[in-house]
Amino acid sequence: MRVGVVTFPGSLDDRDAARAVRIAGGEAVALWHADADLHGVDAVVLPGGFSYGDYLRCGAIARFAPVMGELVKAAQGGLPVLGICNGFQILCESHLLPGALVRNDSLHFVCRDQRLRIESTSTAWTSSYEVGQEIVVPLKNGEGGYVADEATLDRLEGEGRVVARYLELNPNGSRRDIAGIANERGNVVGLMPHPEHAVEPLTGPTTDGLGFFTSILKGLVEA
Amino acid sequence: MSTAPRKSRDTVDDAIAHPEREQPYAELGLKANEYERIKEILGRRPTSGELAMYSVMWSEHCSYKSSKVHLRQFGDKKPETDKLLVGIGENAGVVDIGQGWAVTFKVESHNHPSYVEPYQGAATGIGGIVRDIISMGARPVAVMDPLRFGAADHPDTRRVLPGVVAGIGGYGNCLGLPNIGGEVVFDPCYQGNPLVNALCLGTLRHEDIHLASAKGVGNLVVLYGAKTGGDGIGGASILASETFEDGGPAKRPAVQVGDPFMEKLLIECTLEVLHAGLVEGIQDLGAAGISCATSELASNGDGGMHVVLDKVPLRDHTLTPEEILMSESQERMAAVVTPANIDAFLDVCRKWDVDAAIIGEVTGTGRLVIEWQGEVIVDVPPRTVAHDGPVYERPIERPDWQDALIADAPSSLKRPASAEEVRATVLQLVGSPNLASKTWVTSQYDRYVLGNTVLAQPEDAGVVRVDEGSGLGVAISTDCNGRFAKLDPYNGAKLALAEAYRNVAATGAEPLAVTNCLNFGSPEDPAVMWQFSEAVRGLADACLELGTPVTGGNVSFYNQTGDVAIHPTPVVGVLGVIDDVEKRTAMALGREGDVVLVLGETRDEFAGSEWAHVVHGHLGGIPPEVDLAAERWLAQVLVAGSRSGLLSAAHDVSDAGIAQALVEMSLRGGVGATVTVPDGTDPFVLLLSESTARAVVTVSPSDVAALESLAGQHGVPVTRLGVVGAPGADLVVENVYGGTASWTLDELRATADATLPALFG
Amino acid sequence: MARVVVDVMLKPEILDPQGKAVEGALGRLGLEGVTSVRQGKTFTVELDGEIDEERLAQVHELAGSLLSNPVIEDYVIREVTA
Repeated sequence: MRVGVVTFPGSLDDRDAARAVRIAGGEAVALWHADADLHGVDAVVLPGGFSYGDYLRCGAIARFAPVMGELVKAAQGGLPVLGICNGFQILCESHLLPGALVRNDSLHFVCRDQRLRIESTSTAWTSSYEVGQEIVVPLKNGEGGYVADEATLDRLEGEGRVVARYLELNPNGSRRDIAGIANERGNVVGLMPHPEHAVEPLTGPTTDGLGFFTSILKGLVEA
Repeated sequence: MSTAPRKSRDTVDDAIAHPEREQPYAELGLKANEYERIKEILGRRPTSGELAMYSVMWSEHCSYKSSKVHLRQFGDKKPETDKLLVGIGENAGVVDIGQGWAVTFKVESHNHPSYVEPYQGAATGIGGIVRDIISMGARPVAVMDPLRFGAADHPDTRRVLPGVVAGIGGYGNCLGLPNIGGEVVFDPCYQGNPLVNALCLGTLRHEDIHLASAKGVGNLVVLYGAKTGGDGIGGASILASETFEDGGPAKRPAVQVGDPFMEKLLIECTLEVLHAGLVEGIQDLGAAGISCATSELASNGDGGMHVVLDKVPLRDHTLTPEEILMSESQERMAAVVTPANIDAFLDVCRKWDVDAAIIGEVTGTGRLVIEWQGEVIVDVPPRTVAHDGPVYERPIERPDWQDALIADAPSSLKRPASAEEVRATVLQLVGSPNLASKTWVTSQYDRYVLGNTVLAQPEDAGVVRVDEGSGLGVAISTDCNGRFAKLDPYNGAKLALAEAYRNVAATGAEPLAVTNCLNFGSPEDPAVMWQFSEAVRGLADACLELGTPVTGGNVSFYNQTGDVAIHPTPVVGVLGVIDDVEKRTAMALGREGDVVLVLGETRDEFAGSEWAHVVHGHLGGIPPEVDLAAERWLAQVLVAGSRSGLLSAAHDVSDAGIAQALVEMSLRGGVGATVTVPDGTDPFVLLLSESTARAVVTVSPSDVAALESLAGQHGVPVTRLGVVGAPGADLVVENVYGGTASWTLDELRATADATLPALFG
Repeated sequence: MARVVVDVMLKPEILDPQGKAVEGALGRLGLEGVTSVRQGKTFTVELDGEIDEERLAQVHELAGSLLSNPVIEDYVIREVTA
């Protein structure tokens, strides 16, 4: 199973995402922002970081990178794509996911071990979890507040497209405590917390994040 | 904006033809005798460009002119070691950690810029130290920040601290470097002179070490990274040489603004050209910018250098050549590249969207020649700029108030005398700004990125994995108690080293090497110079005794307002190696029923303590005894106990003693302990004394004998205190003046967590 | 109701990394001849009642202290609507 990890100028968690793919049993394939070619990968992770410095708006410049043209087409055709943190912001700027991410309501960057509830297991990236399962993974963002209009939020809820929700504390002012969402098909998922930082007991608070990566591998094997 | 001469051109020919021209050397921070010395070196008056270069390079900040004679001790008293691959004098020292791996680490100050503009000052402090590390050929893997501010409730601290923390986070997070530790200390002595020190750690393979030198006649000098603008012109000499008393806002030069995105590209680009073997020599541009980079590269090389200043890419086309030479624009590097490699080098720069320009070449003339619009404006022996600056033996005098300070012992201070008073005192300390939880600060830093952080704050030391295959890792800690150093600078420096050394050992890592950031007042004050010389002597002596060489460091003088200097603050960083990070010891109390013990001896020592400071506002007396042999033995027990899996937790005992250590271990683990003060021991002394060479550890009941035997072999006293409770259990201390003092975890957590958010929002 | 619009820009000599990143993106997206982009902030301040010289002076003072950081930024009051 070959999972591509895109590196933009300013991507930071690309090595971590690749490590998580390997620990889950997959092969990580490095994809370069300026290369308009997905090299035949079976799924793609857009990692965290500050692509192009996150200047202008987070993800706003990255969405125009050559690789994104191919990625948007492939995602519309069903290719599984997981955007983590900055990757989530890029997916929203690319209109693969609805809504947007704005500055944390605390106005501070926040790095903490965050409790989440998995709300949907019918996406390509969450099938390893149980509905209602609680997990703890790191969260680290300055602009992680998820916003969308009420109608969009209602539709996301109604269609079961809220993938994960913050528990105990809403760290960034996200509407309805939303930590992650999916597109209608469930192949594209955006997630503000960082499951790739919770895959080894030595370096993560838990290994709860591994499920995102085993989900995709399981799904690809079954497909 | 700038005090640099705004003349457009002053050539070498002009300098010869018009020797009489008056030059603003004093405004540039040079003394009359220094100006005369420049004229002697050149055999003529300097051009305005040469004057700009000498003035920044001969500033205290760049030349270490007041500290050099003292810093030599770090070399003279260097312990025998085969671990040091690159010693003092390079951008950063390099230490062998085995398996073909090496690490480089260094701490630097950005104190004055962070007071003027807290966000950018702190941000560019990170940027500068990271470039020092990449110019050694190492990949930066972690940062940490020892910070000191004025009183926590002072309005100006509310301006400075949030900006500094946001700047460190804003820059470091965007670079993708985990922030794994550091310090946040409050003391009124830092009011107006906050200390913003930044440490960076880098890793490299032995074969990848690179040094700053320009070798090989005909090789090209490439300037790459950000374009040059009017940032911090004169910053090196003026910001770092004058106290704020002299400089109102109008005199302050423009601050530098950092671009962490550019720095991230610069890291990737630099490591790619280094690993591809495309570089002969490399140097970062920090203070004194192009002046420093060209003169140091040429001075360390085997020839001269010819630079065409017109080739420097500019952000601001109105800059004069003198300003270009002095500009401190951030995120720039200089490399020496052979003509054969230049195309490949420029290709890598293009790949990373990094601007690069060939600005000159290495020559065999032994001179650094810089031309501007076809005329020579600088022609100097590079060594005289970079390395042969003035050296001063400043007057030293033990201050007359020192005896009175030492005589004012804390023995007469009222001590708690009942269980209830001990309970209240401990709570007061737990919530005091220096001991309270620093989560408000550290939660603004990314500690997870790169996925190799094994331990981060609030643990004793940061631990990062270096080799994912073997588990080889390093631990690093910085410490300094400025109050101890004020009472006794010689032993205060030793105590700073002892604490950092102990913190590293507490995680199970073997301490290997030392860096430092020596923050002091004005070197022109003989009392400050006495503090400085004593601290350096103490640190050098202690490094020799502990067998940990100093690999490099930084001196920051002029941290004072008017006549009042900060406490002498020799911040010491210790680096240790751990063969398998899986074996590291964390501080959290864990298994119910594990036995809690203290290693080391507790004496009645409260001078300079956190208790005297918080409860009585007192500073006086003789600081805790330094026993480096005991530190060494304790470290060996902690390392051996970690390797063998004996220790289930360990935490160094320092500020506010065993009580604070137990509180921190309980909160970290979410479980308290029940401990008993041994009969015949004074509970207050046991709980709050700050005697050194101690650690609180836990072991399973079946391992107590093994620990006692291990400690016995090393002559380390062991005292059994009690047992770890069930999850969520209270922290209980029995036999306290006939009663019991206990705290629920909820009240400890609420007390520790409330302080910083209440102050800073 | 009165309205005051305040523009805050980095001083010309101060590096503007955000503007520089946008400048690069505009070029990559095909806009030719871009020589410089500087990014700033606009504050629209609405006030009850009339705006007189005294209140305007207050706005000036706060624009130079709160809304901008005079160490690195300049401000201009672009518009005053009574």
